[in-house]
Amino acid sequence: MKEVELLIIGSGPAGLCAAISAASSGARVLILERSFRPGGQLIKQTHMFFGSEAQYASHRGVDIADILLDKVRALGDRIEIMLNTTAVAFYEDNVVTALKDEKEYFKIKAKSIVCATGAFEKSLAFPNNDLPGIYGAGAVQTLMNVYGVKPGDRVLMVGAGNIGVIVSYQLMQAGIQVVAVLDAAPRIGAYLVHASKLARMGVPILTSHTVKEAIGTDCIEAAVVCEVDEKFQPIPGTETRYDVDVLCISVGLSPLNELLAMRGVEMKYVPQLSGSVPMRTETCETCIPGVFVAGDASGIEEASSAMVEGYLAGLCAAAKLGHVPEDFEARKQDYLKQLEDLRSGPVGDRIRAGMKLTQL
Amino acid sequence: MDENTIICRCSDVTLKEIRDLIAQGYVTYDEIKRITRIGMGPCQGKTCGQLVLREIANATGQSMADLKFHNIRPPVVGVPLHLIAEEAKKNEE
Repeated sequence: MKEVELLIIGSGPAGLCAAISAASSGARVLILERSFRPGGQLIKQTHMFFGSEAQYASHRGVDIADILLDKVRALGDRIEIMLNTTAVAFYEDNVVTALKDEKEYFKIKAKSIVCATGAFEKSLAFPNNDLPGIYGAGAVQTLMNVYGVKPGDRVLMVGAGNIGVIVSYQLMQAGIQVVAVLDAAPRIGAYLVHASKLARMGVPILTSHTVKEAIGTDCIEAAVVCEVDEKFQPIPGTETRYDVDVLCISVGLSPLNELLAMRGVEMKYVPQLSGSVPMRTETCETCIPGVFVAGDASGIEEASSAMVEGYLAGLCAAAKLGHVPEDFEARKQDYLKQLEDLRSGPVGDRIRAGMKLTQL
Repeated sequence: MDENTIICRCSDVTLKEIRDLIAQGYVTYDEIKRITRIGMGPCQGKTCGQLVLREIANATGQSMADLKFHNIRPPVVGVPLHLIAEEAKKNEE
């Protein structure tokens, strides 16, 4: 059995920042990353981020991953990253089991744990939704930007939130035609800057529209789209057919936190945070002492807040293990203030309402 | 059309099957799981979970927050049994 001081599950923005924060305080950290490359979803984000200076605004996501990984390397052997390693289970005695390279299975005993496992793409129910060529938008972004694989030639994007609109733009940049972006909501969910870039390229963004069915035998050949009324019910006679070989579903993410649920952490369904999330203190600690959560696993937000939650969780997890830096209180207050700022304004209304429901 | 709408990609369970079961009175995720194996495949309910709960909520008038998902148990991904056996043997030594 491998014994570690602090185990961090996931090396996305939350996990890396938790590791940097905890190791800077003196903790020894092991990060498990199921992918072959650290950085989580940052590594496929080729667009520049918004937010504030502290979270590397105006940098591309993929470059932010490099900045964070440089910081990790600077901390030397205090942080170990195990790649191709999936956390499989989380038991009562804080033992996590892991599967590495699909050929090694072993136990890890940790004094403290930060769960930074991210999110999972939501799916959508419509006829023939299992035809090959129908993907999650995030999956298409991974195919293109991580593996350099072109998913098809003509794409219909379902969902006009940030992911749907950004991935549509990146598809166009890769020379793939996006025939339309649609969303059942009456308004575009994405930031105006992203939506405008797409509109300028001539891609129609159809609000109050949904996909009625996919058509095809061995793979998708077309999709039928229709308008919906204010109760999201299809309006007969409004059908339009688009001949496409790819349909992307971008209807939101769900927090991925099944490890916490199986450990017995108190969970709650919070629609504002897009699913079932762990109850926690303001410093990201769950009802089980020493078990922390950070990033999308605690509720769907943005990479910027995931980073700050990571720093906060790492700082507080390390402090509980006896690694209390001199400026602990100042840093804690700074991270809390940064989170408050990121969640301020009308855009943050939903998140703030959701956060209130999760406080222990 | 509901018979062509897949809710559970792991076990090919359709929207029609889910709606028929709800109409017969199976209005919890666990009951539907026991009958259809929904949530027992490689994704362990991550894809179908919210879709099924939404169907139950719509049919019964309950809110999503009041509905119970299944108990989550290890493992979250498939692990070859021989690897588990080898790890168990190490502990005996």
